[in-house]
Amino acid sequence: MNRKQKKMLFRIIITAALMVALHFVPVSGYARLALYLIPYLIIGWDILWKAVTGIFHRQVFDENFLMAVATVGAIIIAVTGSGDYVEAIAVMLFYQIGELFQSCAVGKSRRSISQLMDIRPDSAGIESEGQIVQVDPSEVGVGSVIVVRPGERIPIDGIIIEGESSLDTSALTGESLPRSAKAGSEVLSGSINLTGVLRIRTTREFGQSTASKILDLVENAGSRKSRSEAFITRFARVYTPAVCIGALALAVIPPVVRSAALGLPAMWSDWIYRALTFLVISCPCALVISIPLTFFAAIGGAGRAGILVKGSNYLEALSRTDIAVFDKTGTLTEGSFEVAGIHHGTMDDETLLYYAAHAESSSSHPIARSILRAYGRQPDLSRSTDVREISGQGVTAFIDGRTVAAGNSRLMDSLGISCQPCSSVGTVVHIAIDGEYSGHILISDRVKPESPSAIAALKAAGVSRTVMLTGDSDSAARQIAGELDIDEVASQLLPGDKVDKVEALLQSKRDKTALAFVGDGINDAPVLARADIGIAMGALGSDAAIEAADVVLMDDDPGKVSVAIRHARRCMSIVYQNIAFALGVKLICLALGALGITGMWMAIFADVGVMIIAVLNAIRALSVRK
Amino acid sequence: MKKTYSIEVDCANCALRMEDVIRKVDGISDAVINFMAQKLTVDIDDGQNEKAVMKQALRSCRRVERDCEIYF
Repeated sequence: MNRKQKKMLFRIIITAALMVALHFVPVSGYARLALYLIPYLIIGWDILWKAVTGIFHRQVFDENFLMAVATVGAIIIAVTGSGDYVEAIAVMLFYQIGELFQSCAVGKSRRSISQLMDIRPDSAGIESEGQIVQVDPSEVGVGSVIVVRPGERIPIDGIIIEGESSLDTSALTGESLPRSAKAGSEVLSGSINLTGVLRIRTTREFGQSTASKILDLVENAGSRKSRSEAFITRFARVYTPAVCIGALALAVIPPVVRSAALGLPAMWSDWIYRALTFLVISCPCALVISIPLTFFAAIGGAGRAGILVKGSNYLEALSRTDIAVFDKTGTLTEGSFEVAGIHHGTMDDETLLYYAAHAESSSSHPIARSILRAYGRQPDLSRSTDVREISGQGVTAFIDGRTVAAGNSRLMDSLGISCQPCSSVGTVVHIAIDGEYSGHILISDRVKPESPSAIAALKAAGVSRTVMLTGDSDSAARQIAGELDIDEVASQLLPGDKVDKVEALLQSKRDKTALAFVGDGINDAPVLARADIGIAMGALGSDAAIEAADVVLMDDDPGKVSVAIRHARRCMSIVYQNIAFALGVKLICLALGALGITGMWMAIFADVGVMIIAVLNAIRALSVRK
Repeated sequence: MKKTYSIEVDCANCALRMEDVIRKVDGISDAVINFMAQKLTVDIDDGQNEKAVMKQALRSCRRVERDCEIYF
């Protein structure tokens, strides 16, 4: 409990004690009123003050106003008749108990989340003259060497130059298993060094490091509001005035009708009491508190599991996902290509690889990199001139005085060269030298071990169509789709075609459902932006993807997609449960209150009880089920 | 200019209300509150005095939520 909460607890205890004590004090009339006003003001002064200032600030119809009117009304009735002041005090007391409980419960769950999300490193250790000096991490330049001792958090992204350790990356990826790291491994800031001392050469500035970027994302999450939240805001705007008018009508119309038309006694105080009860019941706290809380908790819980959701509207959209579209490379497959074979070469493999590597030497495409890796040496950049990259096809270049074309069958078609198809599955880079077909290099990519179960889990979660998009050849795509049990495949797509394909799928989806696109952020930022929900995977490196995506998965596991969808559904069902429960109980109590069956005691129990249950229900959204 | 501040607010709905009023402050083009992290991120227009704008923002917040706090 913080100071504010302790103070409130103190006020609650004092008030309760005073109420018990006053029960045994035999006074009547105004002396009694004065005595009972003491506990009333102790417990309720801030509510009364908020109600008054609210009126001046044109925030009239809020819960403070409702409570103030109801209790002041009850006291006036007590003065004029019954002398029962306990009711007014009890209403305030229980209202405050409810608020206190709510604030404690929320504070507790908030702290549990923020502790886990608190990955901001305060300092970085720099070695200077044999001593380790702790400095502000934002002052450490790229290329400096930092020292991280066991138990410390790595402050800045970098590469280990000395030392061996295991790293706890759970704050980054939600993965609880420690990862081992040794000299040469890349390490991300935010992970905790568990066992050994590490010397790390930084590769990024602090502000550009993973921990800072994640914190940025987390802190900016929730910028876009869901329709349910907007509904509650609109609802409260209409509801509270409506209830107040209803209460006024209940206080005035029946007595007037009774005395004027029916000739019965008016019973003003009775009807005013009912109207006040009506006000207490109608307090919309349970709704206005629990629904934003559910979304906050759900986003916080998801973040803890390595799923960053940028706003509650995306949770809502995720829960309606019906079509899941995957980019193949890097999403369902490892994205680390390897040369698996060189076929139909008209020259020896080494020479063919030499030409291919030099043609691709300036490309950053994963396929080009795999060829360069297979070549194994640093290509001599001065040998290749006039390198042209043809998007979606390949490259042409002038090497050692010969024209070399390296690319897919479409490139060969456009050059009018007939090529040998490959019988194995994978990506094929055909090579033509001086217009003559000289063989092809087969490059294959492995399916991630988690992919089959990820697709199965999506189907189990009720996603009716799974689609895979790829720039690869049809046969390679179909084989992988078959392996993973994916429903539809679109192959041989150029980067621009992916947007068109997603557009077409968006047209064909059923009403009120959403299309999610899952990509690794390389070349697919426009698609991420176009889909109802863009999910970027393992996007810790790619700023464009983080920018364009609505949901960012911190690691490379496609299984997180179904976890995210199920979590979103659970969050939405909690929201609907709370709306139905709170409104249902309120309506029943309103009817009973209007008929005079329930009194104010019942009313406040109903109000506080519903709120506590709704808050507890909302907090369930914190936990993410794997 | 994007700036992030620590805040203190008790209920999620109050956070939404604070967001609404901060957005209306002159010199602030956008405001986002992350209730779970108790952080406020505001977009302050260029050329505005940060302290003055935030003072105004806090004053507006206090109108809707008496006991909130922004640390700037």
